[in-house]
Amino acid sequence: MRIFGTLLRRELGTFFLSLSGYVIIAAVTLLTGLSFVVLVQNLGTDPTPMPITEMFYRTYFFWLIVLLIAPVITMRLFALEKATGTFETLMTTPVGDVAVVAAKFSAALIFYMFAWLPLLGCLFILRHFTHQNVGMDVGTIGGMFIGTFLTGGLFLSLGCFASALTKSQVAAAMISFVLGVSLFAMGFLASAIPAATQWQSQVIAYFGLFEQMHDFARGVLDTRTLVFYVSATFLFLFLTLRVVESRRWK
Amino acid sequence: MIEVSNLTKRYAGRTAVDDISFTVARGEIVGLLGPNGAGKSTTMRVLSGFMPATSGTVKVAGFDVFHDSEETRRRIGYMPENNPLYGEMRVREYLKFRARLKGLGWRKSRERVSTVMEQCSLTDVGRRVIGQLSKGYKQRVGLADALVHEPELIILDEPTIGLDPQQIRAVRALIKSLAGKHTVLISTHILPEVEMMCGRVLIMLDGRVLASDTPENLQRRMAGGNQIIAEIAAPEDVLRSVWENLPEVEQFDVSPGEGSYWRCAITPHDGQDLRPLIYALAQENNWMLRELTRSRHSLEDIYMQVTKPAAEEIE
Repeated sequence: MRIFGTLLRRELGTFFLSLSGYVIIAAVTLLTGLSFVVLVQNLGTDPTPMPITEMFYRTYFFWLIVLLIAPVITMRLFALEKATGTFETLMTTPVGDVAVVAAKFSAALIFYMFAWLPLLGCLFILRHFTHQNVGMDVGTIGGMFIGTFLTGGLFLSLGCFASALTKSQVAAAMISFVLGVSLFAMGFLASAIPAATQWQSQVIAYFGLFEQMHDFARGVLDTRTLVFYVSATFLFLFLTLRVVESRRWK
Repeated sequence: MIEVSNLTKRYAGRTAVDDISFTVARGEIVGLLGPNGAGKSTTMRVLSGFMPATSGTVKVAGFDVFHDSEETRRRIGYMPENNPLYGEMRVREYLKFRARLKGLGWRKSRERVSTVMEQCSLTDVGRRVIGQLSKGYKQRVGLADALVHEPELIILDEPTIGLDPQQIRAVRALIKSLAGKHTVLISTHILPEVEMMCGRVLIMLDGRVLASDTPENLQRRMAGGNQIIAEIAAPEDVLRSVWENLPEVEQFDVSPGEGSYWRCAITPHDGQDLRPLIYALAQENNWMLRELTRSRHSLEDIYMQVTKPAAEEIE
């Protein structure tokens, strides 16, 4: 646990002490800002019963951001260390593989959540100028952040896995981007193909990340989606661990 | 301290280390010598616990590096080839981070970091960012990292590569000062380095250990080939006939030197010392003698000789 803390601090340090970390934060801030401009524009035209948080997810901006930044955040984690050779110095200290994977993933997740904080600012600005509390209570905002957290965890674990596979950061980013987009597209598959049987449509429905996010944004927390996200995240973390361990049986 | 028995490491389709066995006693400084691609780095990677062996066993301080990986890693300070470091961290911060990873407590790590920084003369650059340091400093940071947890065994893969002569001297002095207290295994393809620092040499080629002895013993083993160089002012044919008729001379070569001098390279039988004899001859015949030396075989010759057959095969 002590070693985990040491590793986590270093990993966070590389995010917050490097230019690339701030570039990512700036990019996310820009995109959330843009999405809010679009959103406010829409609010001005039609009345809508939707909470603002849910409207935010309707714009696709959210997914664009997640799909883009998750590979960028995670591509460095293992690939860079392998390329520079520091992976060797790291793995020849008495640290366990689990601690390394856990620390890298946790640091990525913390940084990812940090990058989303400007969104909160947008919501407060909106509230300040509209003098309305509609659709912006703690429940929906909390639900939204839990949703963001869970989707982030899933896509970042994908990224960790991709990064562990290769020495090249570019290849890692590409792999995790492709995996992420495919996973995201699965949800649309459900509506595209007429499900032959009940269970098929149900299985595909579990992959409907887009629909599930709407629930979160409405403040609805479904245990099925919760289980789906958490288990998928752990699956990819487990795969990452196996890849890291694989040097022992190669 | 190190027991390697029948270690083999195969990468896909290529055997990097082929059934080698050796032991290293506590407190020894052992040099692993060989051309590039001889299997030095692979051997060290297996020893450090980074990669498993394909077959064979490696024990460090009585622990198997594969089965008791964590225990052995605790006892090893390893500096890989090219000395990889986190360029964005500061020197003290990095060393402290490494000390903590290696299981040192907060207070202990602080204390040890200060000690090794002093030992490696890094005190002035403690707050500098590693990426901006000169290569010599970086190398010393790597060394300090290998030393920070007071390991019993220190494995250094080409510690002096890419340094300027001044820095090389400093690093060598540092490594030499570790003798006795730590066991050190160094790999290099620079021969004088081994001669200067190591108590024992393992010569590796194509994944095998070809020779293992002290530098002095290796030289003695080669003593039969000791050459004598004499520069003498005398007619060439006279010199030639004299050497030819001396029973002690196995082989000779006469080549023109400066002025009227001839340079004779004489190889004696069974390592005899011919110098008094040559001096006596010169006096007797009234030759001018201006140089008389015995060239000791350097480790370089031994190395060249040991690694030669394979080089010819390639041709």
